[in-house]
Amino acid sequence: MAEVLEKEDIIINTMASLPPTSTKTTDQPAVKKITAESINCYFGKVHALKNISFAIPEHSVVAIIGPSGCGKSTFLRSINRMHELIPDSRITGKLTLDGDDIYAMDAVVVRKRIGMVFQKPNPFPTMSIFDNVSAGLRMNGMRDKKALAEIVEKSLKQAALWNEVKDSLSKSGISLSGGQQQRLCIARTLAVSPEVILMDEPASALDPISTAKIEELIYELKKDYTIAIVTHNMQQAARVSDYTAFFYMGELIEYDSTKSIFTIPKKKQTEDYITGRFG
Amino acid sequence: MERHFQRDLENLKIDVIKMGSIVEQNIIDALDAVLKQNKELAKKVIASDGRVNSFEIQIDNGVVDLLALQQPVASDLRLILAIQKINNDLERIGDHAVNIAESALAIIESKQNETLLEIPNMAAIAKEMFQQALDSFIHLHPQQARLVLESDDRIDTLNRSMISEVVSLIKTDQRSTEGCLQLLRISRNLERIADLTTNIAEEVIFHTEARVVKHHAEEG
Repeated sequence: MAEVLEKEDIIINTMASLPPTSTKTTDQPAVKKITAESINCYFGKVHALKNISFAIPEHSVVAIIGPSGCGKSTFLRSINRMHELIPDSRITGKLTLDGDDIYAMDAVVVRKRIGMVFQKPNPFPTMSIFDNVSAGLRMNGMRDKKALAEIVEKSLKQAALWNEVKDSLSKSGISLSGGQQQRLCIARTLAVSPEVILMDEPASALDPISTAKIEELIYELKKDYTIAIVTHNMQQAARVSDYTAFFYMGELIEYDSTKSIFTIPKKKQTEDYITGRFG
Repeated sequence: MERHFQRDLENLKIDVIKMGSIVEQNIIDALDAVLKQNKELAKKVIASDGRVNSFEIQIDNGVVDLLALQQPVASDLRLILAIQKINNDLERIGDHAVNIAESALAIIESKQNETLLEIPNMAAIAKEMFQQALDSFIHLHPQQARLVLESDDRIDTLNRSMISEVVSLIKTDQRSTEGCLQLLRISRNLERIADLTTNIAEEVIFHTEARVVKHHAEEG
């Protein structure tokens, strides 16, 4: 009995001397991975983005929220110049990646360094799981089978899909479930070693369990990548992101840490939107 | 796949256990300061209260984070709600330990070797109750929590008899008035510690069984 009490005393004393576990480490000054300076984007006469300026810190997840038509997807696509594919589009201002002007770079290089995952899982339908993941590398001329296999395995592991598909890599990519297909697309994006991953509603077509897996994956991936995610689901933005940008009618209304946005937003429009009082 | 929310929630629970361990040590030290007339222990308790307060703020922040950002439901939600209340109870218990330590210093300063009446009995029960309540939270053990609820009446009874005993003591020797008032203060603080400890046990039952037992609701 005395020994038990002594042991309990040691536990009490040890526990009592420890600092809080849930303490977040002090934020170091964040390195700006992407910066937007006075971005204006037009589609014909439509002024889709109005004077947007903010920075995305390295190794963070930034969520972009706002009602339909607020410009959040346009902003995301302007980061890797996807909007250029739309006729009549025009952009002014400056977007930088590690300080370099994105619009002064080769668009192919931009899209290699800044990968994208779309709303609807879009694996290449005629390709196997292996070929889907290695497609980008093979298009870039990589032929070394061993190296390809290593990268495919690493990418599938990072996308939390390896254990589910390791014995069926030669099966068609579209034989997988919707949630698995989306993780396959994430693995395909990771295979070409991007620095930034843009995600446009990556879980909106998925069931809750697959959504939870994608969200957890996003949380894990930020250790190695910088992530910007557009989502209609405000709760998802709260769960996965470090910073949140609220867009409305092409303007950036508020940009702050996700905790501040969801507990003490500074702008009434933000408060009204996240509390569902909007309009 | 484990959600990072579950890790954050587990860390929050560990913080409550750490805070509870400091408070437990403070109760033990404050009562030892009274029973053994130990000034240093009393001072130690008073100095240690700042850490308890820091934990309270830290845990409050953690609760807000999880409620605002993670949309907890079911047993996760009940655990977070329980943690929020237990955090508050622990901080208040810490304050009562400080009050007891201050009374210990006053008694030691007065150099009156008063009888402690029912204080040693109350101290033993309060310590046992607190240890049981904290253990029931650590192991999420509702049966252990129910033992705590059963002990509260014993403290209330002793607190009531303290009042009549102190009144008799003052009547026989008015010089003992100051020391007697300190004893009443200690008794009152022990009674409050027992009440707040009971709240902790009730929260453990709420979390583990989704059953509200406060205000004797379980008996009805």
